[in-house]
Formats: sequence, structure tokens, C-alpha cells
Amino acid sequence: MEKTNASTFLRKYTMIIALILVVIFFSITTEGKILFPQNINNLISQNAYVFVLATGMLLCILTGGNIDLSVGSVVCFAGAVGAMMMDKKVNVVAAVLAMLVIGILIGMWQGFWIAYVKVPPFIATLAGMYAFRGLSNAVLQGMTVSIKSEAFIKVFGGGADCYVPDLFGGEGFNMTCMIAGCIAVAVLIAVQLKNRINNKSRGYETAPLGSTIAKLAVISAVILWISYKLSSHKGIPTALIWILLVLLVYGYLTTKTRIGRYLYAVGGNEKATRLSGINTKKVYFIAYVNMGFLAALAGILTIARLTSSQPTYGQGYEMDAIGACFIGGASAYGGVGSVAGVVVGATLMGVINQGMSIMGMDANYQKVVKGLVLLIAVAFDVLSKREKK
Amino acid sequence: MNKAMEIFRKHTMKIVLVLIVIFFSVMTEGQMFAASSFQALIAQNAYVFVLATGMLMCMLTGGNIDLSVGSFVCFVGAIGGHMMVRGGMSVPVAMLLMVGAGVIYGVVEGFLIAYINIPPWIATLAGYLAFRGWGTALLNGATIAPMPEGFIKMFNGSIPDVFGGAALNITCLLVGVIACVLFVVLQLKGRNDKVKKGYEAETMTSVIVRCVLVSVVILLFAWKLAQAGGIPNNLVWVAVIVLIYNFITSKTTIGRYFYTIGGNVEATRLSGIDTKRIFFLAYLNMAVLTVISGWMTMARLSAATPTAGTNYEMDAISACVVGGVSAYGGSGTVFGMVIGATLIGVINLGMSLMGIDANWQKVVKGVVLLAAVVFEIMNNKEKTKD
Amino acid sequence: MKPAGGFSRLLILEREVGSRYKKCWEEYTLAKVLLEMKNITKTFPGVKALDNVNLKVEEGEIHALVGENGAGKSTLMNVLSGIYPYGTYEGDIVYNGEVCKFGKIKDSEEKGIVIIHQELALIPYMTIGENMFLGNERGKSAAIDWNETYGEADKYLKMVGLSESSKVLVKDIGTGKQQLVEIAKAMAKHAKLLILDEPTSSLNEKDSQALLDLMLKFKKEGMTSIIISHKLNEVAYVADKITVIRDGSTIETMDKHTTEISEDRIIQGMVGRELTDRFPKRHNVKIGDVNMEVKNWTVHHPLYPERKVCDNVSIKVRKGEVVGISGLMGAGRTELAMSIFGQSYGTNISGQLYLDGKEVHLKTIKQAIKNKLAYVTEDRKGNGLVLTNPIKINTTLANLDSISPRMIIDKDKEYQVAEEYRGKLKTKCPTVEQNVGNLSGGNQQKVLLAKWMFTDPDVLILDEPTRGIDVGAKYEIYCIINDLVAAGKSVVMISSELPEVLGMSDRIYVMNEGKIAGELSAEEASQEKIMSIIVTSGKGA
Repeated sequence: MEKTNASTFLRKYTMIIALILVVIFFSITTEGKILFPQNINNLISQNAYVFVLATGMLLCILTGGNIDLSVGSVVCFAGAVGAMMMDKKVNVVAAVLAMLVIGILIGMWQGFWIAYVKVPPFIATLAGMYAFRGLSNAVLQGMTVSIKSEAFIKVFGGGADCYVPDLFGGEGFNMTCMIAGCIAVAVLIAVQLKNRINNKSRGYETAPLGSTIAKLAVISAVILWISYKLSSHKGIPTALIWILLVLLVYGYLTTKTRIGRYLYAVGGNEKATRLSGINTKKVYFIAYVNMGFLAALAGILTIARLTSSQPTYGQGYEMDAIGACFIGGASAYGGVGSVAGVVVGATLMGVINQGMSIMGMDANYQKVVKGLVLLIAVAFDVLSKREKK
Repeated sequence: MNKAMEIFRKHTMKIVLVLIVIFFSVMTEGQMFAASSFQALIAQNAYVFVLATGMLMCMLTGGNIDLSVGSFVCFVGAIGGHMMVRGGMSVPVAMLLMVGAGVIYGVVEGFLIAYINIPPWIATLAGYLAFRGWGTALLNGATIAPMPEGFIKMFNGSIPDVFGGAALNITCLLVGVIACVLFVVLQLKGRNDKVKKGYEAETMTSVIVRCVLVSVVILLFAWKLAQAGGIPNNLVWVAVIVLIYNFITSKTTIGRYFYTIGGNVEATRLSGIDTKRIFFLAYLNMAVLTVISGWMTMARLSAATPTAGTNYEMDAISACVVGGVSAYGGSGTVFGMVIGATLIGVINLGMSLMGIDANWQKVVKGVVLLAAVVFEIMNNKEKTKD
Repeated sequence: MKPAGGFSRLLILEREVGSRYKKCWEEYTLAKVLLEMKNITKTFPGVKALDNVNLKVEEGEIHALVGENGAGKSTLMNVLSGIYPYGTYEGDIVYNGEVCKFGKIKDSEEKGIVIIHQELALIPYMTIGENMFLGNERGKSAAIDWNETYGEADKYLKMVGLSESSKVLVKDIGTGKQQLVEIAKAMAKHAKLLILDEPTSSLNEKDSQALLDLMLKFKKEGMTSIIISHKLNEVAYVADKITVIRDGSTIETMDKHTTEISEDRIIQGMVGRELTDRFPKRHNVKIGDVNMEVKNWTVHHPLYPERKVCDNVSIKVRKGEVVGISGLMGAGRTELAMSIFGQSYGTNISGQLYLDGKEVHLKTIKQAIKNKLAYVTEDRKGNGLVLTNPIKINTTLANLDSISPRMIIDKDKEYQVAEEYRGKLKTKCPTVEQNVGNLSGGNQQKVLLAKWMFTDPDVLILDEPTRGIDVGAKYEIYCIINDLVAAGKSVVMISSELPEVLGMSDRIYVMNEGKIAGELSAEEASQEKIMSIIVTSGKGA
């Protein structure tokens, strides 16, 4: 069945190992600065959009290596429309809803061409990339629109005060955050134990106790460590709440629901899925509608964080999202990938971004590095699989 | 009625082109037909023809594209600018080195795609990012200008009039006439040969119609260009490249292999053809052609800037798709691409003449690309049994 | 397990027993008609696929549909299962007494009509359990209940005789077992009428037998089945009634229990003419020297380098000879052929290859072709032909250089070559400009053959040359093979159809599990001998 333990272990956890190595690398080159509470905090809030976009991109990639090149432009466009609306004193809630609806509509538009007319995704979304960039410019008329709604900024994680307030009034240390971390760990352990007991009682296979405990220990340690770091800064960034929400919802969706199954199935063998009575066109369509929706959400988070909307926002976002997915183990041919992988991939990209910024590297060379990292991640994936569809 | 539909389907893009030209002529109150417009059409779009030729070769192999061309143009400009302007290097040497850079990039890219099996759009997406960054970094975010006269003249200049015409460049007119004659002769000879050998040949009428239409277009161009100063050098570059690649794709064995790979790569491999080598060549070729279009850009701007080449991949892919190149590979011709590139060039020019905002131009470009692909797919759906 | 030979003996026995039983049964009951398809007509642009087809299936019977390729069998079943929805055909489907109007696959499945397609509809990277309930998930609302899924899956797997856990990935079990998973999947949908389209097409003899026996077992439990199959011996073994369809019309229905059915009778119905000889005779068989020899040939799997797919294989092929290679699926025959053919498959290849007495090292396919070797692939549509290209381009593809002086293609010569082979092989097509994708299976195979004949090989390896081709076209291809060897060439024919191997070969090698298990001459070979060689040579037999 499985080959030697060492090689399978290595292959399964390659990206996590890579993540650890990269963190160590940057700790050294930034003299530990990268692990400062403030920077951990920045890592999360500055890369919230990557987690959100990559989750949506994952769903598209699962269906067969299909991507969406327009997300950056959609982020900008949705943000632009929302900002303009709020500038014109439109109700914040209405503006937020409008942005999400726009995302959904764009997703439906692109999804229609891709799923029902069979336009190759990269062309359809390439067209979208240009069209929506142009529209963003047109909407903003080339100018920056600043956002003044306190409520909006607070809820979506922007400005200076974007943290979950400390209910325990700790000085210099956010107790709520620490406690939240502890609760998270407790819940995780409880759920894992419950599953294990359940499975054992029904006679199903369970993983060896040793590895389960090891995995739990490591994950708990990481959670506690992050909570500690965040608590030492200002607590839970609001952006984190949104990230977690998206990850949990889509984590559930991809592993436990029918539609999640269908996304994997379509990427695994489209014909077989169709012959099983599943409407594969609808599956592709849903993947792209969802992407539009999440792009709009990312747009909301972006303009909140930067408290403004500019025509240049979102550039390169598609790169980050695609990179996070592939680094996280998604297959370029579809059918393989997970939300957990996206987390690792997005974190890795975020650490690289962060690390390079702290090191003071020229923004242009950062682009070069990003390109190379993407290439290496995919090359690795392809070489280790060496299987074609 | 059926005959009309058939004709429409066969020559859709050409008909669309004519309609669009008419549309813009009306909207710009005839400015579209000014001599300067014809010149601008060529000057502003020469790079598209060159890039799209390379993109065509890539797409034939299976709908594969190269997203890095625009960024690589910027990079080429940056190193070219440093060599020729800052470094004072001689133009021919610098050009040689730039070709060298293209070859190196093409080899690396081709290797990664053909031999390591990295999906092309990912490999070139990495290039899209990396070269933009590298190019901008080399330029320190600034512009290097002006480019040496000799270099610029190679592209922006025009062929001098051997006959010393005053208002009209007679050489240009003459060349136009000769081109027409050649075309008609070749068409007639081709048909004659077919008839002699017993193949199906088109009716004499359709050959005549085609000769007349093409001649009109050639002469129109020749006349307008003659008024505007003669044959632009850019046009010579484009014509040579187009003719060479048309020959390669339609008459050589290697050109044939590009098509069959796009049709069925395994079947081609098992027929004894080195398919990896073809993929490799497609991307190597793309890189070298990108260098040439980089030169054209540098000449036109007379500078190397960090924003050079923006959206170029879009233009090239659109030109191919609009020109009937299949997004899945295996079909498409150089002349089809020429029509497609011309169409897009006309749309660009028309919009500029009409004074449409650059942002809305972007939107229109996106919509046109989408429409072209949809149309091509719909067209093919009818042809194949589902 | 019944011996896999002498099916005609079985037939007579079954008929006697069956007719006695049926007479008794019929005295007491009138068999209930479960399904009746009345006057079904279906047209595609330009072609009438089904023309007033009638089919009556009684409850609890196994009904076989036989016919040539393109006769309309699969089309008829696609109409029944809802793949071609109501409105796209004329006529009525009457199931259980009511007229049905299926709009999609799920509609027919709700009534208990489940179709299992020829190409397995399974996702390789998913588990058996996930595959089994794809489209039919367990669990209320949107969430899937995985415990229920795997529990149920195991239950159905047992029903079809599989001992694997439902958590195993589909890609890790063999084709035979995958087919059984498909049946389990149908069972999970509570099928009452099971339709199997060429269920044993990719199975070896042992797995085919297991599947047929499973069908009989289900029949005893009250299941009604329709089986579409080319394999007349299997049809005769398992079916109660056989309906022959030709060119979209029902020709006749034969009842096993009342009339004598022989393979020849069925073939006659299918083809519309008497076929006295299925295999053309060869005259003046002149076998010469050894043309190709392979010694100690060992090939390892490309993804699992420790696995040997060919193990110390040694074979000889002579001029003017047809050498058959028979064996079960997965025996390594295709792998052997492809690895010899310019190492186009496999890693870590060792051994010696001699062509015309000289040792050669063929590292690329091009070298193989240069050395007068040709390989006609198993899957003509998948990796043999470029379907979107015309006949003439496909014909010249493997030897384009010969008509291209200085890399420029001589289009006239190309046309001539294509025409020449069209005539030689009697390919039915309007012109050689026709796209290969529009031809029938038999004619596509001819184009594929033409391509390789154009490379002027000395040794041709044909891999399943008549798979999926109707009886008439098969005969034509056998004639072509005979012509090739009459001209002094050698043909190595890999085939899973024992009658074909026996009917055409001068010598037969039997391969099993990567090794040559035996060699038989045409005189001494028989189906039983071949099977017994396979059975006794396997691991732990």
C-alpha cells in the first residue's frame, strides 16, 4: 500500500515544511522582526484578500485547472462602485450588499460564457480582466475616493481601530484574544476526540493514535502561539474574523456537501460525473459565480483596509490567489486540492511578501521573486505527480 | 439564401472588418480614410502583427498562450535602452544582444513548458510578473530616452522614393501595383494547376471576385501610403514575417506538425514526431518575435519605459482569436490572424479618432475578445456533430 | 466456474433445460412485460439513427441487443435512459404499464432504470464509496453523511462479490473490479431494469465470466437486464432473448427457449448476408526467415519502477507470417509492443532487439519507423488519428518527409498517396479531404492502417485492429492483413478476441502477467489450450 514512511511523510507535508523553512529563512534575514506581534498582525490583515480570493480560486481550479484572471479587476471594480456609493451618502449596508451583488452578477456573466458556451476560462476571464479594469477607471474617473464611514471601516477591518475590543480590559495585552485562542484549541481537540470515538464505535478505520496526538499538538501550539502574538499587539484583527468565516464555511462546503463533491468530481473525470446524472455545466457555473462573490468580498476588505478606492487596486491579486492555491497543493489539472492547503499556500505567500518588505527589497524585485516562487511551486507539483489527465 | 449564409460563414471576419471600417468612417466623418490614418494604423499596430504571429504558433499547438510577452517587451526595452542610450553601444551589436536575451528566455520557457510539463499559462504568468518587475527595476522606474536615430529609422522610417516623386511616393504606388499583379497571377495559376490535375477548383467567378477585392484593398493602401510618405519600414518587417510564417505553416512539414499536435498530440507523437521539440520551438519562436516587437515599441516611443508592453498579450491573443484561430488548437491561419489584427487595429484607431476614453476602449477590447471567441465556438459547433 | 469453451455445447444443454422449464412456467403464468419501446424513431442532422424500433422486455429476463457498430443499440438505450430526453424522439416508452416521458437521467433512475455505460463513469482519485453515491448522495439537506455513505457502500459491494473496502481509491483497483463497482452503484440506485452497454469490453475472460454469472444471479433475484454486446458467445450464454438491430431497425427477436440460436444465425441477422467465412483464407502461405527477434526483453512501469510489466520476453517473427499474441487484459502485450516501438512506453528497458538479423537500439519512435517497424495503436480515436484533420493529412503523418523535399510538402503527391491507399483499402469516403472524425469505425481503422502502410514497414504490430468494428469491416481488414503478409511482410497481431487470433495467426504466443506463457502453432492451438496455458501459468495458480 504505502511506501516508506519518510518519503510519504515528506510528500504529504512538503508545503508545510517549506513554510517552516521560509519562516526560518526570513527570521534570520530580518533578524527576527518577522515574528514581531505587529508583523504577525500585519501578515493577517494585509493578506486577508489572498485567503478569500484563493478559496474562491480553489473551487475553480478543482473543476479542472480552470482559473479566473479577472479577480483583481473585479476587486477593484466592486470596491470602486461601493466607495462611490458611500461617497454619495448611500446607506452603508446597501452599499455592501450592492458590492456583493455586483460580484455575483459578474460571476454569473463569466460563468455563463465559460459553462454554457464553453469559452475557455482563461480567455473569458482575460477579457473580464481588461473590461473591468477599464470600468473601474471609468467609475472612479481616475481619482481616489476615500471612505469616511466609520462603521464600514470598523466592521471590515480597516484603519487603526480594527480589532475586536478586549472585554477584559487588559493593559497592553489583549485577554479576549488569548482566551479566544485557548477556546479554539479546546474546541479543536474536543471535535477530533469526538470523531475518533465515534468512528471507533462504529468500527471504522481511524488513524494511529500517535499521529493524531502529534498533529493536534502541533496545530494547538501554532494557534496558541499566534494568539499570544496577536494579544501582545492589539488583539484579534477584524480581518481575521472574516478570513476564518470564509475558511470555515468553504472548508465545510468542500468536504461535506454535495456541491463540494461535485466540484472535485468534475475535475477528476468530467464525463463520468456527467454520466452520473450531475449537471456539470451548473457546477462550472456555480464555481465562477462563487468566485465573483468572493472577489467582491475581497474588494470590500481591500477598500476597508486602505480606507479608499483607487483605480490601481487589485493589480496582481490573481497572481497571489493562483499562487496560494498551487503552493497549497491544488493540481493544475483539477480534482485535487483543499481549503487547508490554501491556508498553507496563502500563509506562505504572505510570509514571503512580508519578509521581502521588511527586508526592504525593491517592490519590483519582489515581483520577480513572486513569479519564481509560483513557477517552483507548480514545477514541484508537476514533477512529483508526473501524471497527465 | 443558403449560399449567402455559406459565404457569410466562410468570410465572416473579413465582412465584419469591412463593416467596422464603414462604421468608423461614418462616426469619424471620413477621418478614417485619411492618409494619416492608414499610416497610423500600421505604425501603431505593427507590433501586434509580429506578436500575434508568434502567438498563433503557440495557440496552434493546443490553445497554448504566452502571457509574458508584454512584460518581456518592457524588459527588452530596459536592457536595450541601457545598452544603446546609456552604454553608447552600437545599434547592431545591441540588437544582437537583445535577440540573444530573447533566445535565452525562449529556451528557458520552452524547456519548462515542453520538457518539465508546466502548464504554459502558469509558466508565462510567472514571466508576466517577473519581467515587469525586473524591467521596471532596471529602469529604476524612470524612462530612458531618446533612442538612437539609426535604430528608430529602421522601423519608423519609410522606404525612400527611388523616383523622387513630390506629393506622391511613386515607389510605393509601383510596389502596390506589382503586388496586385503578382497576386492575380498566382491566383490564376493556382486555379489553373488545380484544374489541370483534376482537383476540385473554385469557380472562375469567385477567383475573379477575390482578385478584384484584394487588388482594390492593396491599391487603396498603396495610394494612401504614397500620400503619407511611402512604404513604412514597419510594414516591410510585418510583410516579411507574415509571408515567411504563412509559408511555414501552410507548406512545410514542421508547420504541419504544429497543426496535428493541436489536433491530437499523442497520435502525432506515436507517428514518430518529436512533439516536445515542437512545443519548445513554439515558445522559443515566441520569445524571439517578442524581441522584434519590442524593437518596434522602442522605436515608436523613442524610449524605454516601465509601462511599455502593457496589455500586449491581450492584443496578440485577441488578434489570433478574432482571426479564427481555435482556442483549443489545431486550426487557424496566418492570414486569418492578419485580418484579426487589422480588425482590432481598426477598432483601436477608430476609438481613438472618436476620442473615446481610454478606459472605455479597454472595456470594448474585452468585449470584442469575448465576442470573437464565442462566435468561433458557435461556428464550430455547427460543423462538428455533437 | 464453467469451462470457457465449447459454448455451442452449453447452448444446446441450456436450450433443452430452459425450454422444459419455460413450458411449465408458461402453463401457469403469462410473463409480464416490464418494458415496451414502441415505434421509436430518432434522427440526428442528416441521419436516421432509429427507424420505428420496437423492443419488448419481460420482467425477470435478460434481453440482449446485438448489432453492428452504428446499428443504433446505444442510441436506443440512450433514449430509454433519458440521455436523449422526451421530445427529441418519436414513439413511446411504456414502462410498467405507463407511458414515460424522461427529461433527464435522474427521471429514468427514479423509475428504477439504470444504465451502465461502456466507458466507466468513475472518478479515479475518489474512493469507491464516493463514486458509488455520486449524484445519489446519502444525507439529508446539503450535507453528506459519510458514515452512512461508507456503510451502505460496503453493503452493496458485498452484493456484487467485491471484498474491497469502500474507502479504497478507484484508481487502485483493476478494470474488472471497477466494472463491478459500477454495478454496485446501480444497485444502490435500487435498479429494477439494469442496462449494460458492452460490459465486458475491457475485461479479461475471468472477469467477464464473473460478471455474466453475476447477471444470472441477479436474474434469479428478480432483476430484469438488457445487455448490449458484440460478444456473441457471451450473449448466447446469458441471454433469454436476443434482438438484432441493423441500420436503426429491429430485424428480429429470437427466444432462446423456443428456437435454436447459433452465432452464425445471429451474425446473418446483423450483417444481412450470409457470412460463410469469417476469416479469409490465405493462399500460398510462404513463410521466410526471421524478420524480428526480441530476446530477454524486460520493461518496468513508468510510474512504479519496481513493477515489471514485461518480464524476460523473447519472441520471433518471420517474413510472411501472422503472429498472434493473445492474453488477458493487463498481460503486458501493449506494453511489450510500445516498448519495442522506439521505447514509446516504459522505463528501465533491457534486452535485445534484432531486425533482419542485426541488433538495433531503437531509442525513439522515429528510429523505429526508420528501421521499418510500425505500430498501430489500440485506441484509434484517442492516440491513433487526428480526428479533426482530413484523411490525406492523417495518411501521410508518419512519413511526411518522404513527400517533402527540403521540408516543403508536395501537396499533389500527398493527395495521390491518400487516393492510392483509399483505393487499396477500399475506404468508404466521399473524398480524401473528408475529416477522419466523420468516418465510421471501420473506415477510421483503414485510414490508420494506411498511415502505417505508407511508412513501408517490414514488421507491423497491430494492437486490437478490429476492436469496435462491425463484422463486415473486420473481414476487409483481415484481407488487408493477408495481403500484407503475402507481400513478405510480418504482422504481429495483438488481440483479445480468441476466435480472431485463432482464425488469422500462423503462430500464437500466449502472454500472461508480463511473461510469455506459451507458444502454439496454428494447428495445435485452440481456445481451450490458450486458456489453460494462461490459467496454469499465473502466479499461485
